[in-house]
Amino acid sequence: MSGLAADIWQPVRLTVELAAMTTIILLIVGTPIAWWLARSKAWWKEAVATIVAVPLVLPPTVLGFYLLVVLGPDGPGGLLAGLWGARTLAFTFGGLVVGSVVYSMPFVVQPIRNSFAAIGDRPLEVAATLRASPCRAFWTVAIPLARPGFLAGAVLGFAHTVGEFGIVLMIGGSIPGKTKVLSVAIFDYVETSQWREANILAGGMALFAFAVILAMTLIEKRVARIKA
Amino acid sequence: MNSKRILRLAAGAALLFLVAGNASAAETNVAVAANFTEAAKEIAVAFHQKTGHEAVLSFGASGQFYTQITQDAPFQVFLSADDERPKKLVDDGLGVAESRFTYAIGKLVLWSKNADLVKGEETLKAGAFSKLSIANPTAAPYGAAAVETLKALKIYDAVQPKIVQGNSISQAFQFIDTGNAELGFVALSQLAGNTGGSRWLVPAALYTPIRQDAVLLKKAASNEAAIAFLTFLRGPEARAVIEKYGYATGN
Repeated sequence: MSGLAADIWQPVRLTVELAAMTTIILLIVGTPIAWWLARSKAWWKEAVATIVAVPLVLPPTVLGFYLLVVLGPDGPGGLLAGLWGARTLAFTFGGLVVGSVVYSMPFVVQPIRNSFAAIGDRPLEVAATLRASPCRAFWTVAIPLARPGFLAGAVLGFAHTVGEFGIVLMIGGSIPGKTKVLSVAIFDYVETSQWREANILAGGMALFAFAVILAMTLIEKRVARIKA
Repeated sequence: MNSKRILRLAAGAALLFLVAGNASAAETNVAVAANFTEAAKEIAVAFHQKTGHEAVLSFGASGQFYTQITQDAPFQVFLSADDERPKKLVDDGLGVAESRFTYAIGKLVLWSKNADLVKGEETLKAGAFSKLSIANPTAAPYGAAAVETLKALKIYDAVQPKIVQGNSISQAFQFIDTGNAELGFVALSQLAGNTGGSRWLVPAALYTPIRQDAVLLKKAASNEAAIAFLTFLRGPEARAVIEKYGYATGN
């Protein structure tokens, strides 16, 4: 493989790994949160929903700044890193995953919450009358019915992580193969006037974005048809 | 009644003052290399006091500014962290050739917040640290100087896995200042007024002198405030500030 191709593929692979890891974690962590938000009657549930949604509004620089402090040697991230003899979680792939999970959480939780809410009480009550335990009803009734929400959440979470820039720039340290993701690579290419490389990556990203939005629209259409 | 009239008078006077002020004072947008941030702010204040003109400063990596200027960014003056980019702008037909001059010569420092860590080049050779912060060597001259220094000491290959890159020298500093990297190469100017930690002033023989050039951009060739700013930058007041911040000045 030529030098150019290797230079370009490394950030692409790293970005896909980061986005995949983030999406998997968010599906595991986000599902119970979404379920609780959709079903709970607690008065403070909207406060929790707000916390989950806050990264939508915050500039990535705010999260980047907090993460730099939290992941650093004087924060909890540094304590955790001390377990395997490191000083900080910044500049690591793990640190980027932590940042991405926070940053992309609303994009995964919101669609899943909506589709859980759309199921309503009825199917779960029916399941209960058929003597399904709440746990079984969750796995065999709620999850299959909410499938479009999971699909939308996964696609959006993945895409949003791919598109992340500010946080990674602030906590990544631009280490090739570890924290130099696509968006940072493009930034570096533009900064150093390497237009050709920048063009290849930027064009790829534009196509990717188009494909994601198109996929989302098609998923929504299908959902509408199922409901109709 | 009386107070109303006074108010009206005051408003009239303020308006007059504004109009009169506008007639002589102009504004210029200056792109400033990140390492020169503090000095530039002080110079802009002195410049305003002396001439009445306003220098509006933007800070960032020189490489980024160069790219933006080639894309017609609204800057009239460029204070680069190197001498290559201003020269390239002149070659590109975007900078005024005769306006180019070296306003400062930067000094590279190895710095740590830990008072016992940095002793000299032996600190780098011993390698008892996990992260060394530098500025992006392709976009920021201080980053290139850091890499040159490591290569001159023949430890670049050994240290390389520990290098983290800030996008500009400000970010390289920030990584150390937040404790995420134990040490790193920064500009001496960034440590002005900071006596904490430990430092090693890198001998000038280990890296190519960081000549920081200023250039007037062609589309502002007749911009009064921009020209006045460059003149002021060559003058004794500005030079005193520049030296105070740990730079040498050109001739």
